[in-house]
Amino acid sequence: MSPQSRKHGLSHAENLLRFRKIWIGVLLLVLLPEFFVHHHAYFEAQGIHIDASWGFHAWFGFLACVLLVLIARVLGFFLKRKDDYYDE
Amino acid sequence: MSEFPFPPGLVLFLGAFLLPQVQGKARTALVLGLPLLALVLIWSLPAGSTITLQFLQYALEPVSATAVGRLFATVFALAAFAGGLYGLWRAEPDGQGGYQLREGNVLELGAAYAYAGSAIGVTFAGDLITLFIFWELMALSSTLVLWSNSNDNPKAYGASMRYLLVHLAGGVILMGGIVWQVYASGSTAFVNMSELDSGAHWLIMAGFLINAGAPPLSAWVADAYPEASPSGMVFLSAFTTKTAVYVLLVGFAGAQVLIYIGLYMVFYGIFYALMENDMRRILAYSIVNQVGFMVTAIGIGSALALNGAAAHAFAHIIYKALMLMSAGSVLALTGQRKCTELGGLFRYMPLTAVFGIIGSLAIAAFPFTSGFVTKSLETSAAAYAGLVPAWFLLLTASAGAILYIGFKFPWFVFFNRDSGLHPPEAPRHMLWAMGFCAFLSIGIGVFPEPLYALLPHQPVDYQAYTIDHLVTQFQLLLFAAAAFFLLLPQMQVTPTISLDFDWFYRKLLKYLAREFSLKTMDARRLLEHRTLQRTEKMAERLYHRYGPQSVFARTWPSGVMVLWVAVLLAGSLVLYYLR
Repeated sequence: MSPQSRKHGLSHAENLLRFRKIWIGVLLLVLLPEFFVHHHAYFEAQGIHIDASWGFHAWFGFLACVLLVLIARVLGFFLKRKDDYYDE
Repeated sequence: MSEFPFPPGLVLFLGAFLLPQVQGKARTALVLGLPLLALVLIWSLPAGSTITLQFLQYALEPVSATAVGRLFATVFALAAFAGGLYGLWRAEPDGQGGYQLREGNVLELGAAYAYAGSAIGVTFAGDLITLFIFWELMALSSTLVLWSNSNDNPKAYGASMRYLLVHLAGGVILMGGIVWQVYASGSTAFVNMSELDSGAHWLIMAGFLINAGAPPLSAWVADAYPEASPSGMVFLSAFTTKTAVYVLLVGFAGAQVLIYIGLYMVFYGIFYALMENDMRRILAYSIVNQVGFMVTAIGIGSALALNGAAAHAFAHIIYKALMLMSAGSVLALTGQRKCTELGGLFRYMPLTAVFGIIGSLAIAAFPFTSGFVTKSLETSAAAYAGLVPAWFLLLTASAGAILYIGFKFPWFVFFNRDSGLHPPEAPRHMLWAMGFCAFLSIGIGVFPEPLYALLPHQPVDYQAYTIDHLVTQFQLLLFAAAAFFLLLPQMQVTPTISLDFDWFYRKLLKYLAREFSLKTMDARRLLEHRTLQRTEKMAERLYHRYGPQSVFARTWPSGVMVLWVAVLLAGSLVLYYLR
């Protein structure tokens, strides 16, 4: 690896740490409005208020992603084949 | 103009046949000029049907302008323009850190323009027969786009034949439905059939859905498209699936079954894209995912949902073209298409990377991009319709879209690690094409009003930029991104493909066919052997009886003949005396 490429990007440990700190800061920043903004619940009629709960889109988005990746892992276990599978 | 309204699709369709006749600057002018001319025609036609032709006892309406048709025709013309510009020249690495340009593949360009013209033809079709004709022309010309890459990619030929078979099957189903519909109702009109109260309606819907990439045949999208050339896939991604969205929007708005089909497509796309390694196949799966959103919205069928499907299709064509151009440039200049081989290209192709990231942000519905102002119409429509499970599933899928494509594609191609590849930046004409799409993607995101004004159901009572929407979308995006980086070890790409429905016709049927041919070969061999034996035996017997050594072939001495003549004469003498 050349010295120039060492300096680059997110692969460098120090940069990665700084990147993580900034990211956590940004995450906290987007949660800040939760203290002021009142969310409108879509499904009042059905008695569901969860979509207007505190930080709903944040934790729901996060959990949804975790769930999807885990399901994809399990599916991959059954469905993945070497990429020359169809070659003759 | 109003004297004889010229069908806008025919401009591109007929112009396609002119492309091989001209060279150099004239071809460039034609490639860039034809879509613009088509665009002018699309907007100069008066609303409603302007020509009626008689075909047998049926009235054909080949030029029937509607708001939604015009919207799709407009974005098809824009996609043809951007794709044409991108495909004018082909770039190849020259082995010294630069690239050399070759003239674009004229067969592909011509086929692509005929394809775009047929797609526009579908959006102006006022009756089912015209629609079917353009539908089949699309199938043939798109196959040609794929087939024309056979010289550069040996896998393209097989992929084009599988693609053609799927689409011909879809065409047969559609034709069956149309014939049944015309026979039963006596009318060729292309109207809403969402009650699904006749088998004809189901057949027509099935024919449409096959082109949309719906289950069970979804696999054709990811099987065929990634084998096309960089520019070929830009064209392929734009027209077939989105024409299917258009016809479903007109013919089956409000058919509830589409909600389930759409949701299936949404998650199919996410899971397969998460497992995939080939960067353009990731993008192909994402087409199914995004079209799934549109199909779901069409199934919901409210004015907001249908506006959402139309607007999303419009935005999607542009940002998907943008992402495919970015991925195509990487493929052209590195020769690599697998995430396991790519990485760290940001330093060498910074503009290509920036354009790819803009496309990714748009597909992830980042605020101030076209995805933010269009996809939200669909999710809001699910909410207002009180569809609780559908809304939660769409929200899950929106978060998933951020993950599997918004981050996966740019991360593994442009960052991640140094792959040791040092390609040059993409050539200027490709950058211009990407810039054009990026400009539109951001332009629509910042100023959604002009697009909203074109939507089929007016007035559009929707505000994309509310505090609530911005805050929740940022939360969704950034926490999904956090999940992406946390889960990176779980998402590492592997040099694999994933089994899909195409296994049945690529493996199982092939296996059965081979078994069949082996078994029939044995049977034939046995039959041949027996027949041969019998024939030989018969020949032997014949030889024995009639051969040179047989009784019949013996040479008789002349004395015998004299004797016999004497016997005959004696006989006749005896007879003479007896009389």
